[in-house]
Amino acid sequence: MILSTGARWLLRLAAAAVLTFIYAPLVLVALNAFSTSVTFAWPPPGYTLRWWQAAASNEGVRTALVTSVEVALAAAVIAVVLGTLASMALVRYDFFGRDAVSLLVLLPIALPGIVTGIALNTLFTQALGGLTFFTLVVGHATFCIVIVVNNASARLRRMSSTAEEASLDLGATPWTTWWRVTLPALRGALFGGGLLAFALSFDEIIVTTFTAGPGLQTLPLWIFQNLFRPNQAPVVNVAAVVLVVISVLPVYLANRLSGGSAGATTK
Amino acid sequence: MSVQAMLHRRPALRLAGLLTPALLWLGLFYLVPLGFLLATAFFATDSFTGRVLYTFTTENVVEVLTNPAYLLTVVRTVAVAVGVTALCVVLAVPLAAYMALVAGPRARPVLVALVVTPLWASYLVKGYAWRVLLAPEGPLGGLSPGYGWVAVVLTLTYLWLPYMILPVYAGIDGMRGSYVDAAADLGARPWTAFRTVVVPLLGPAVAAGSVFTFSLSLGDYITVQLVGGTNQMLGNIVYANFSTDLPFAAAVALLPLLVMAAYLLTIRRTGALERL
Repeated sequence: MILSTGARWLLRLAAAAVLTFIYAPLVLVALNAFSTSVTFAWPPPGYTLRWWQAAASNEGVRTALVTSVEVALAAAVIAVVLGTLASMALVRYDFFGRDAVSLLVLLPIALPGIVTGIALNTLFTQALGGLTFFTLVVGHATFCIVIVVNNASARLRRMSSTAEEASLDLGATPWTTWWRVTLPALRGALFGGGLLAFALSFDEIIVTTFTAGPGLQTLPLWIFQNLFRPNQAPVVNVAAVVLVVISVLPVYLANRLSGGSAGATTK
Repeated sequence: MSVQAMLHRRPALRLAGLLTPALLWLGLFYLVPLGFLLATAFFATDSFTGRVLYTFTTENVVEVLTNPAYLLTVVRTVAVAVGVTALCVVLAVPLAAYMALVAGPRARPVLVALVVTPLWASYLVKGYAWRVLLAPEGPLGGLSPGYGWVAVVLTLTYLWLPYMILPVYAGIDGMRGSYVDAAADLGARPWTAFRTVVVPLLGPAVAAGSVFTFSLSLGDYITVQLVGGTNQMLGNIVYANFSTDLPFAAAVALLPLLVMAAYLLTIRRTGALERL
């Protein structure tokens, strides 16, 4: 479209303003994690690494970080296994009810998290004997499946099925074909999907609140609990920066592994 | 015959093998829980022990649907979700138009990455960032609207904006070189082309983005605790009651579910759901 110079500049200005709106708050948190002021006076009167030391020696933060990593790893592994199988079915087969299955996979993140959370809470507390570490993993895996399905489906659609057909025609069993032909081609996308699932699980709080066993604390739960305690504020800032870095880093890696589009369609 | 029969049967068997694990999981850990949620809304609570009594009662559902206090909360929550969605559209269209129509082909993927990355930064941290930003002695100073509904709409808009930018960008990007150029070739001025060609065609993209901006705002209870002052949304009522009166919390949770189901049914006609 041939836009006038004025229109181009207007759009440039608007885009710059929106991008500033997107990034300024994140920069603010990052700066405050190094600020010498306990009350986040603005602009920061000086910079220090003191809060990072305080966070590193904080028992609550460390335990929560370990729990978060364990939950995210377990949820990501389950999501990768279930999501890969489902994406093969959704892309390679045409069957009655395919749209319904796609919708079912998407629902756990398209419906408000509080609905997913309290629904799982009623099942676990009323029928399955209460909340544990396991219920927390189940809750996370449920909303992570869609990420892996999206990532693997995108790759499967770009791959033609001729290599698989050739393998089957040449007498390989479906299992051998999967192991030697399909999986090697999918590996990057699956690892990418797993990383995205890890990132999604790592900073989730709503479903976590409703499915975590008593005494279990993930990093987001720790932050939320300490958010309103003024003397914890500097350590909360550090935990927040750690949380952002640990969830954004896998996304960056996933993007490199799956060729640029990872996480673009659905968080 | 037997070979043909095998060929017919084996793909079906393989399909079943691929689909069953995920379907079992989502059935057991998503559909069954939703059924439990619905059923629990019709149970009672022992007011002394807080335990769920498995006797059928419509008390909670009737209370939620008739008590003006809860209906007012529904209206407020829906109003916040509508406001957030509208503000997201207003902010997303210029940025998406810039990305698709002004930025060069090499800048585009970088811009997409810039828009997507914050989605992966913790929801909680971003909400918290706004709490700091809007604090009375914060960086915004006198410009800050303070903690309240304006702050809630602003913060939720901030949180869900990328969900709106991406489909709108994909929508405008898809029109480049076809409709937009045709309009220009036929003599439409850029602004006329934008108003009469781009905007009407953006409907499905905006609807796709709105599924997330609307749904995620509807169920929120954390942002309003962070920046909403003493105000409450539907999610807060669920959150405040789920450990002491699960049937009542379940009945309240049905409200966002109903609103969302109605919303999804309404926008299904635009074809937006295929774009998610």
